[in-house]
Amino acid sequence: MEFPEELLYSEDHEWVRDEANQVTIGITDYAQSQLKDIVYVDLPEIGSEYKKGESMGVVESVKTVADIFSPVTGNVLEKNLELKDHPEWVNTDPYGKGWLLRMELNEKEELKGLLSSKAYQGTLSEDS
Amino acid sequence: MKNRRDTGLIQNEPLIFEQGSEGRRGYSLPQWDIEEVEVNRLLPSHFLRKELEGFPQLSEMDVVRHFTRLSQWNYGVDNGFYPLGSCTMKYNPKINEEVARMKGFAHIHPYQPESLVQGILKLMVELGGFLSEITGMDQATLQPAAGAHGELTGMMMIRAALQARGEKRKRVLVPDTAHGTNCSTSTVASYQVVEIKSNERGVIPPRKIEELMDEEVAGIMVTNPNTLGFFEEHLAEIAEIVHRKGGFVYCDGANLNALMGIVKLGDLGVDMVHLNLHKTFSTPHGGGGPGSGPLAVKSELAPFLPVPVIEKEGETYRFNFDRPKSIGRIKAFYGNFGVALKAYAYIFSMGAEGLKRASEVAVLNANYLMKGLKGSFNLPYDRPCMHECVFTDRYQEKHHVSTLDIAKRLIDYGFHPPTIYFPLVVKGALMMEPTETEGKEELDRFIETMTAIAKEAEENPDLLRQAPTKVKVRRLDEVRAARKPKLRWSPNT
Repeated sequence: MEFPEELLYSEDHEWVRDEANQVTIGITDYAQSQLKDIVYVDLPEIGSEYKKGESMGVVESVKTVADIFSPVTGNVLEKNLELKDHPEWVNTDPYGKGWLLRMELNEKEELKGLLSSKAYQGTLSEDS
Repeated sequence: MKNRRDTGLIQNEPLIFEQGSEGRRGYSLPQWDIEEVEVNRLLPSHFLRKELEGFPQLSEMDVVRHFTRLSQWNYGVDNGFYPLGSCTMKYNPKINEEVARMKGFAHIHPYQPESLVQGILKLMVELGGFLSEITGMDQATLQPAAGAHGELTGMMMIRAALQARGEKRKRVLVPDTAHGTNCSTSTVASYQVVEIKSNERGVIPPRKIEELMDEEVAGIMVTNPNTLGFFEEHLAEIAEIVHRKGGFVYCDGANLNALMGIVKLGDLGVDMVHLNLHKTFSTPHGGGGPGSGPLAVKSELAPFLPVPVIEKEGETYRFNFDRPKSIGRIKAFYGNFGVALKAYAYIFSMGAEGLKRASEVAVLNANYLMKGLKGSFNLPYDRPCMHECVFTDRYQEKHHVSTLDIAKRLIDYGFHPPTIYFPLVVKGALMMEPTETEGKEELDRFIETMTAIAKEAEENPDLLRQAPTKVKVRRLDEVRAARKPKLRWSPNT
């Protein structure tokens, strides 16, 4: 399982890529492997605003449904529309073609609350 | 143990669209004595369905055989054990069906004047009374068509009650051990859901409610017993906290089968509760339905009940539509009356003592099952349960066998699998609810089978990964079915 060093991670199994005034968000390799085959991704409207920790959508697999929790506070700028036809990309390429959303980043400070790749992997061993 | 594993012949059967031949009819009608007119001369072409081309042409017997053969592939509670958790798949006594088919009931029409259906109205009032008595409520509506509809009715009433007070609240608390519908209902009723994490005993910690409950929270939706099969032991305290801040306590009564005649939810501070007649009250579930989800409420909330409310004036029953605070109608006519009737028959045939006994045996059976399987399967919450118990695939993981494989293997042994991967708080959950329906022999057979499957997982895990092998259709491609569903037949498929 891969957890790229350059990304930040949330305890709710999202990854965040810091891109100056905005962030790209997806779910981690661990999350996709737990959910198994993803069949549907429900993403919020562009322009909708979320606080850190709020549920902003769902990822649905044959096994279960999981919330996507906003790792930062801000507006949704863009969403990965291609997942509508290719939800499986979240499984096959979670950090690439399987990205979920881009959000604006208002409070840079919030990123400090996220985990490094190493720290995130630490939480996984406790999990299982 | 007598072997009940199925070894019989499987009858193949094509789709009905692939059968019949041009011009075959069920009945021959006499020669027309008027001129035949093409349908497209009578109706505008955009009203005519063209895609019906290829519609099968069959005789009556073709159709009877087709559906009878299909029915052989089915598995229901009349075939055998059906341990789906939180579904209460109890036996549907045939006396209920007998009563529902009595002419006086079966032939009534919803437009019949009140004066001609007095007995029916009386029965509906009485059933509402029984359900209120069982739950410790004051009044009930039979209108909701099923459980989630009962929930929605309840949350709409809570919203109306808050509005009547001049309040508009924003959030609803829902524990992570509630039924999934509780979150959906709160959302549809325009509330934001705040999830409450259950504690290490699998129940809601009151401290958490104290923390989250404020004047913006409309109330809490609690499933009791919850989906881990535990009684929410702090419910009275939680209700007090919620009430202190002006909120309401909604109880999802889908798991009432553990509590009849033992606990009255109203005594614990619950303000409203829906009941699934198609679970606890033995009416058919699923294909034999429809469902019915009456809602019982405390008198404080009664003004908001849907119209019409049936009232008794002297010796006469009538529909009262004149209720200004009502949330309105939530169902055409008066609910699924035929189902309500079967539940009424059930309550009468069981009696108060019988209902209590049913709950006691349901809890006993679930604990018997839990004890019997504890050695072979991981039990994440190891303490006595109510109506259902939850295991996981943790012991089997090292053999690369999952919950899904275990469930599929059960099919090979002639059992319906339990609920899997739910509740979500338990990883790889297998949730089993035997109900009071099963006798000791059937429970023993199930325990022996599950134990044998656990052994197979160690010694020959492929048996599980390949399962089911003995049924008409092997393991389905659930991923493709979800990603690229074909919802409709067409001649080119």
